Amino acid sequence: MELTLIDILLGILKIFSFVMPVLISVALLVYLERKVLGAVQLRRGPNVVGPFGILQSFADVIKLITKENILPSNSNKFLFIFAPMLTLLLSLIAWAVIPISSKYVIADINIGILYLFAVSSFGVYGVIIAGWASNSKYPFLGALRSAAQMISYEVSIGFVIITVLLCVGSLNLTDIVESQKNVWFVLPLFPMFIVFIISCLAETNRLPFDLPEDEATLVAGFFTEYSSISFGLFFLAEYANMILMSSLTVILFLGGWYPPIDLFPFNAIPGLVWFSLKVFLILFVFLWVRATFPRYRYDQLMRLGWKIFLPLTLIWVILTSAFLYYFEMLPQ
Amino acid sequence: MKSIIRHIKSFLLYELVKGLALTLRYFFKPKVTLNYPNEKGPLSPRFRGEHALRRYPNGEERCIACKLCEAVCPAQAITIEAEAKPDGSRRTTRYDIDMTKCIYCGLCEEACPVDAIVEGPNFEFATETRAELLYDKEKLLKNGDIWEQQISANLKADRKYR
Repeated sequence: MELTLIDILLGILKIFSFVMPVLISVALLVYLERKVLGAVQLRRGPNVVGPFGILQSFADVIKLITKENILPSNSNKFLFIFAPMLTLLLSLIAWAVIPISSKYVIADINIGILYLFAVSSFGVYGVIIAGWASNSKYPFLGALRSAAQMISYEVSIGFVIITVLLCVGSLNLTDIVESQKNVWFVLPLFPMFIVFIISCLAETNRLPFDLPEDEATLVAGFFTEYSSISFGLFFLAEYANMILMSSLTVILFLGGWYPPIDLFPFNAIPGLVWFSLKVFLILFVFLWVRATFPRYRYDQLMRLGWKIFLPLTLIWVILTSAFLYYFEMLPQ
Repeated sequence: MKSIIRHIKSFLLYELVKGLALTLRYFFKPKVTLNYPNEKGPLSPRFRGEHALRRYPNGEERCIACKLCEAVCPAQAITIEAEAKPDGSRRTTRYDIDMTKCIYCGLCEEACPVDAIVEGPNFEFATETRAELLYDKEKLLKNGDIWEQQISANLKADRKYR
């Protein structure tokens, strides 16, 4: 097959049709977070810019762009600027394999979940490079914390994904969703669903596991030295990662674009709407958790990851495979 | 036995779910924020805000330049100069209040025998330069003219407690 100019242009158009909605949802997510946190604390949240303050994040972006980008004099200039770009890039390229409805996906590759896992593991490099290139104490500590934290929780995320894959028999994300047409995996694998959500919180550095950017002890963690739009890129990447992780949760456990019941009023609504609704629900849980729980101590975080989640998920992998083997339900 | 129950509870995330339920309840509670420039909280008649010099209904200044306020002012923010008018009455030629020194204690209005200097209900008088906060007699009399209606209502509301 030969690539023509038209194909390339269509490809670029398709990429934009993913990236632009993601970036806009990031802005809306930041707004939603401030509203949810405000509501839980009996405040109103932003309500001045635009109707109900919905344009607040766009105003913030303009503010960030017009500010001066400060380069610390002892920093490694190239890596210092490169790190936020890398972080945002990684959180955006992961969208290539996310199927948002039965037909619509940029790259329908057969190892989609491995690709996603690899890209999200790469995310730690952006943080480490940022912490090291800043040549300052707080970012360095934040980067080290982030590295250890991400590695610890990727182990349990890996095992959770393995239990799902055992039930599906394919690494393709579209296949994973299609095998949930009748029963979403959240029902048979509920404990794994909870473990996955908690690990996602740790993986995206969200509260209660936001130790890499712990304001109380590390000022702002790995992006202490960042200002202006390079700070904005980290911010953007963090929220894009949140959306990515909740999409992954929806694909693995909540049946992707399938409606909850396959009956008339529900299956008339297009899959994209169901997908967005489910992602929104998971994102709300992320914000809700942030509004509720205090930050973990670092040793508690490590204990939870290695001494509770690792054995739990390992046992569950064995249980699931034994169950599937015994009842001869292994996918062919 | 107790420790077993505790372990089961912590395994089922009992406390965490309870906490989440609490925050969700608060999420739907009515908000307590006032939309400040559009909504304002209630003010007591005794509220001590921006100063004003009042006049009698016929337009004559109330102040008789007794300088009691100047004497009582703990921050020494008030400066008064006085001389006799052609009709023999004693009037101020200068009545300055340095609003940057004023601590809004209200002693000047307590000391005033003729209710001339009062602290009105206005608290939104922020300025862009420091010089604008050095009030002179003209500015204070203008404040009195603007806020007279509310000031006299407040004084009347508070009279029975005096």
